[in-house]
Amino acid sequence: MTASPLLRLIARRVLVALGTLWLVSLAVFATSLLIEGDVAEAILGQSATPQALAGLRAAMHLDQPAWARYLVWLGGMMRGDPGHSLITGTPVAALIGARLGNSLALAGITALISVPVALTLGIVAAVKRGTMFDRAIGLVTIAVVSVPEFLIATLAVMLFAVTLHWAPALSSMRDVESPLALARMYALPVFSLACVVIAQMLRMTRAAVIDVLDSSYAEAARLKGVSPARLVLRHALPNAIGPIANAVALSLSTLLGGVIVVEIIFNYPGVARLMVDAVATRDIPLVLGVAMIFSASYLLLVTTADVVAILSNPRLGHR
Amino acid sequence: MIALVQIEGLRIVARGEDGAEFPIVHDVSLSVAAGEVLALIGESGSGKTTIALAMLGYARAGCRIAAGAITVAGQRLDGLGEPALRALRGRTVAYVAQSAAAAFNPALPIMAQVIEPALIHGVMTRPAAEAKARALFAKLALPDPDHVGDRYPHQVSGGQLQRLMAAMALMTDPALVIFDEPTTALDVTTQIEVLMAFKAVVRDLGTTAVYVSHDLPVVAQIADRIVVLRHGAVQEEGTTQAILHAPAHEYSQALVAAAAPRAPAPPVDLPALDVGEPPLLELRQVVAGYGRVDGDGLPATRIVDAIDLKILRGQVVGVIGESGCGKSTLARVVAGLHPPASGYVNLCGVPLSGAVATRTRDQLRRIQLVFQSADTALNPANSVAQALGRPLTFFHGLRGRALRAEVARLLDLVRLPAALAERLPGELSGGQKQRVNLARALAARPELLLCDEVTSALDPVVAEQVLDLLIELRRELGLAYMFITHDLNIVRAIADEVIVLKGGQIVEQAPGAALSAPPHHPYTELLMASVPSLRCGWLEDAAAVIGTRAARR
Repeated sequence: MTASPLLRLIARRVLVALGTLWLVSLAVFATSLLIEGDVAEAILGQSATPQALAGLRAAMHLDQPAWARYLVWLGGMMRGDPGHSLITGTPVAALIGARLGNSLALAGITALISVPVALTLGIVAAVKRGTMFDRAIGLVTIAVVSVPEFLIATLAVMLFAVTLHWAPALSSMRDVESPLALARMYALPVFSLACVVIAQMLRMTRAAVIDVLDSSYAEAARLKGVSPARLVLRHALPNAIGPIANAVALSLSTLLGGVIVVEIIFNYPGVARLMVDAVATRDIPLVLGVAMIFSASYLLLVTTADVVAILSNPRLGHR
Repeated sequence: MIALVQIEGLRIVARGEDGAEFPIVHDVSLSVAAGEVLALIGESGSGKTTIALAMLGYARAGCRIAAGAITVAGQRLDGLGEPALRALRGRTVAYVAQSAAAAFNPALPIMAQVIEPALIHGVMTRPAAEAKARALFAKLALPDPDHVGDRYPHQVSGGQLQRLMAAMALMTDPALVIFDEPTTALDVTTQIEVLMAFKAVVRDLGTTAVYVSHDLPVVAQIADRIVVLRHGAVQEEGTTQAILHAPAHEYSQALVAAAAPRAPAPPVDLPALDVGEPPLLELRQVVAGYGRVDGDGLPATRIVDAIDLKILRGQVVGVIGESGCGKSTLARVVAGLHPPASGYVNLCGVPLSGAVATRTRDQLRRIQLVFQSADTALNPANSVAQALGRPLTFFHGLRGRALRAEVARLLDLVRLPAALAERLPGELSGGQKQRVNLARALAARPELLLCDEVTSALDPVVAEQVLDLLIELRRELGLAYMFITHDLNIVRAIADEVIVLKGGQIVEQAPGAALSAPPHHPYTELLMASVPSLRCGWLEDAAAVIGTRAARR
């Protein structure tokens, strides 16, 4: 019986996430209506006659009212079919599928490097609060957090690619022949993304752990003669899991925005660049598809963090 | 007799916000003999906890042991390194924290925490430690000693956690146990049970203990010797009997006087009621709570259940009960902060809306709420003048010179110097803050004050002064109070009428003067027996009352 209220809580959280996703789909679709010009103009160019434009629009069902187009699109999304590209006619799913792996690899590698580094340094900084180490960490992270990704990426290109020639300035999949070349290709995009993610995650982790170390029960543990390592691992961390999971999710979600900037700067063939190109050609089904992927990833991260926080709360787990 | 603890010339400093160090404990010397229970007593800020923690070689963040020799069980603690201190903490000296509810780690089962000192100091194996813990649970009169350890802290009551914490401290048979205000956060009746358990276990095991408290009657029941502290220095030291019966120092005398039962204030003549005039406040069948609402519109959990209550103009009605009895919720219902599920709240015969947002400005003015903790009720960023000026402008439209004059008058009313007007709450003492809190409620010129435990967060001597002020104000202004407290002594001193609340229902309603004479509802009797008294043997008598009650059940 103990599990049922817990499951109900988690189920409710997941339902809220799905509801949010639906609201997002409305917002995304509404926003797409605000993009000036349409695909017919993009295809036919400025010299197109009104008749030709109208004909093309009718052929693409663009003459139907917005709500009808929304329902058709939403119905397709529910069946897992986000429609066809208006430019090439290829299914959107296929277009995204070809690129999604690349983007996931970029985000995944960044996460794999960022999470352990940020958590370790964050916890160590919290334990050594007030020391030179902690102050140095504080200074560096605040500096990094205040610099946007595009600037970090540009500076990294200037330093490592242009001046030092350690890594290529553009990411092209074609000339990757050895693992070393692959690592060199990923080095700068991952570095640019990881800087901000690590700095944010580190600061939030440090704050969460300090909060727990300042509690009465941490003092009580110290007065039992508990060693610093045991204090952190056994007494502090189990209580900091919820806040840390949230810090990780929030920081990783900023990856989603960062990926767009970084893919453009390094000409990396991921979904974000696909989206930017689709906006340029007013290929709305493709724009919508990618936007929904980003939104769903964000909700997945935040919901996972909430579920972890629920599971790690002994008041909910042991009634 | 060789002293187990010897402290010579102890000086502890704290670092202020400007980085400068200032002393919080000055040149304190004291000793504790083996097998003795020494009480450190004093108000908040007297340094009693700081001195007790120094016996563990520990100073809180921002503090530092600057000078002095601390010897415990033949070992000098001052100047000892962290690893050596770790070996001592929880092994030679153990600590029982003020709030066990906060001092137990919420993420770990209780047993794991209780046996931890024995395991990390390598005193015994896990099975042996668990067996010993269960034996201690039984000794401390914990219900279901064999399984209580499997639970998590939030599944156990506050009084039980306090005893579990004592079991944790005793696991390693330490030479010295420090009890830091272990019963302050508990209800009076729970306090009796916990104190009895502590007293028995300390006596049976011959434990040497330092008992930190601000509560003289509690200390009188358990300590052999008392050290009276104030402003970080020893004021007086002596056996418990000597301090209780012949206190030499002025401050000790004030402490003893504050703990003595108060004589009821002389009765106040209430203004005569005109024929047919409704009471100032009338509650009829008020129900309030939370949770799902059933078919009759009543909530699943009822905090306040079918309360009938009248307060006449100028009358003081005391509401008494333990935590969770619904007394604060009752005040919140009257104030409009917790809309009732059913029933009426009438002000001078006019039904009040359940929610504060839909009451008229005049209705708001006439009922004012004084919160328990002035620390949290006053905005730390607003000066006293701003805090008092807000209601004056809101209710009476005062500005400029008239506003300043009224602020000065209010401060005078609560016996504070007018010069305090420009201070921030952080620059005031606890008693001064509570007076400002009171003045803010008076600024509206109310007819009814809802006083929710207004003295319970104060030190005893200060609490007495605030209580005196409340009695004087009532005479001067003809105010009516709903006076909510858990302390029967206070209610006796101020209330014309007392209602005893239990489980959201009124179990007894009587004139204040009648409270001293039986017969009473058994619950009222229990509360009366639980009021701490300086009398030697009070604890055992109170425990006997609780015991017979438990037996009757």
